[in-house]
Amino acid sequence: MILARGLRKSFGDFEAVKGIDVDVRRGEAFGFLGPNGAGKSSTMRMVAAVSPVSGGELRILGMDPAVDGPSIRARVGVCPQEDTLDTELTVRDNLYVYGRYFGLPRKEVRSRVDELLEFVQLTEKSGSMVEDLSGGMKRRLTIARSLINRPDVLLLDEPTTGLDPQARHVVWDRLFRLKQQGVTLVLTTHYMDEAEQLCDRLVVMDKGVIVAEGSPLELIRAHSTREVAELRFGVGEHDAIAEKVSDLGDRVEVLPDRLLVYSEDGEEVIAKVHERGLQPAAVLVRRSTLEDVFLRLTGRTLVD
Amino acid sequence: MLTTSVGRAAASPVSAGEATGLLIYRNYLAYRRGWYIFVSGFLEPVFYLFSIGVGVGQLVTGFEFNGQQIPYAEFVAPGMLAASAMNGSLLDSTFNFFFKLKYNKLFDQMLATPLTTLDIARGELSWSLLRGGIYSAAFLLVMVAMGLVSSWWAVLVVPAALLIGLAFGGICMALTTFMRSWQDFEFVTLATLPMFLFSATFFPITAFPPAVRWVVECTPLYRGVVLCRELTTGALSWGSAVSVVYLVVMGLIGLAIVRRRLDALLLT
Repeated sequence: MILARGLRKSFGDFEAVKGIDVDVRRGEAFGFLGPNGAGKSSTMRMVAAVSPVSGGELRILGMDPAVDGPSIRARVGVCPQEDTLDTELTVRDNLYVYGRYFGLPRKEVRSRVDELLEFVQLTEKSGSMVEDLSGGMKRRLTIARSLINRPDVLLLDEPTTGLDPQARHVVWDRLFRLKQQGVTLVLTTHYMDEAEQLCDRLVVMDKGVIVAEGSPLELIRAHSTREVAELRFGVGEHDAIAEKVSDLGDRVEVLPDRLLVYSEDGEEVIAKVHERGLQPAAVLVRRSTLEDVFLRLTGRTLVD
Repeated sequence: MLTTSVGRAAASPVSAGEATGLLIYRNYLAYRRGWYIFVSGFLEPVFYLFSIGVGVGQLVTGFEFNGQQIPYAEFVAPGMLAASAMNGSLLDSTFNFFFKLKYNKLFDQMLATPLTTLDIARGELSWSLLRGGIYSAAFLLVMVAMGLVSSWWAVLVVPAALLIGLAFGGICMALTTFMRSWQDFEFVTLATLPMFLFSATFFPITAFPPAVRWVVECTPLYRGVVLCRELTTGALSWGSAVSVVYLVVMGLIGLAIVRRRLDALLLT
């Protein structure tokens, strides 16, 4: 569905995407993970055929965005990072006019609008102005809008950023149903739980390059251990204690309030910690998550 | 000249005509709730016609225009008609266009569909000149009702007003793409107010010294005013053709700039 080879994007001197290879297959949910500024949105805009490619090769549905922009966009659904809803129109008119932009016949658009309002649970709001909707409703409306052309590929740029937990779960639920219906989903996110829930395959991007690729489980296996033991000691003691337990796991990470020991068996780590006479104030054993992979690969430093 | 990179492209599912119609339809939907905003822009030149044309007209005998002696109200009315076409197209090509471009992100959403920047530029310009056209058609009815029209040529004043809308819409949209904030629109007022007052709207340009007169003759509103006056009084000349060409060329240049600027601003 999407094929990129050595894909690049630069803005003046700044290179946002520095040569990435991507293959997205039909019917899968594919994720781009990465911190802010990793190049996810730039990549998405190129795939949406609204941002000219600076270098490399890009094919969407077998077409070249430089030549067949309108034809590609006719078959792709876009849910941008910021809601670009038409604030001067009602909920229903937003969907209707947008559907008409695709050259779809009036009657067809009208029936799709009703169907989609139902799908995103906004039927009762159909006559409201966009400004009067909550953040979650706007997001759902944007998703409904991106589906009006029955796209082969749906591009979602940070679909749940800024939503409360209830609204996120509603969005996830809808996206999951789309995936079941066979729509190819491509999404960017920096929420690891989102990526784990939705993505069959994902790439982790950092500073314009792909640093890891695979299914969530494969990534955890390749870049982290099965379990993590979290140990809390008194403030200021962690650095010293880290040296005493460094041999217990594959890797030990020091945070201001706790130590993370990456290991295949967390309980065993804790038993050994006690054997050595150390008395942590609190312990927790958990499975490794994509978040561990992500932080390992992209670091804990804040990116602006 | 506008289709260099898309020359080989597969046909878009939306034709140019359809796209223009869709943008006009979208703007119609947006205005349905704000029709009073639509009306207020029309009333301004009408008030001027009553105040200056009719009111002051009682103190002024009239002017000679292209060899004819015409009463003052008949002199002012076509000027106000041209001004109403300018006003009509101005609102949608400056403030509203800026709002759609920077705040409503309207064009970003359109560009996620098969619509192109050329479709957007053409559609917005069409809407803007349509608004100018509607204002001037209504104004023409006011003039007929007041007995201020003395020639059947006046029927052509509506297409003439569309040309004024085209010229102002094109140039103003082009300038708007360079604006950074709402404050920058002061420049629009700074340019249009003197045009409104001095483009042979209220008095003939024979009142100016030759150098100033030459400058005024080059302004778009002057060309529009004179064209409208020639049509409502029936005193056509070769100058009319010059005005037509001038307005069309200005509009098309504006359109070409808008399209290029939208490419540069939105397709990054």
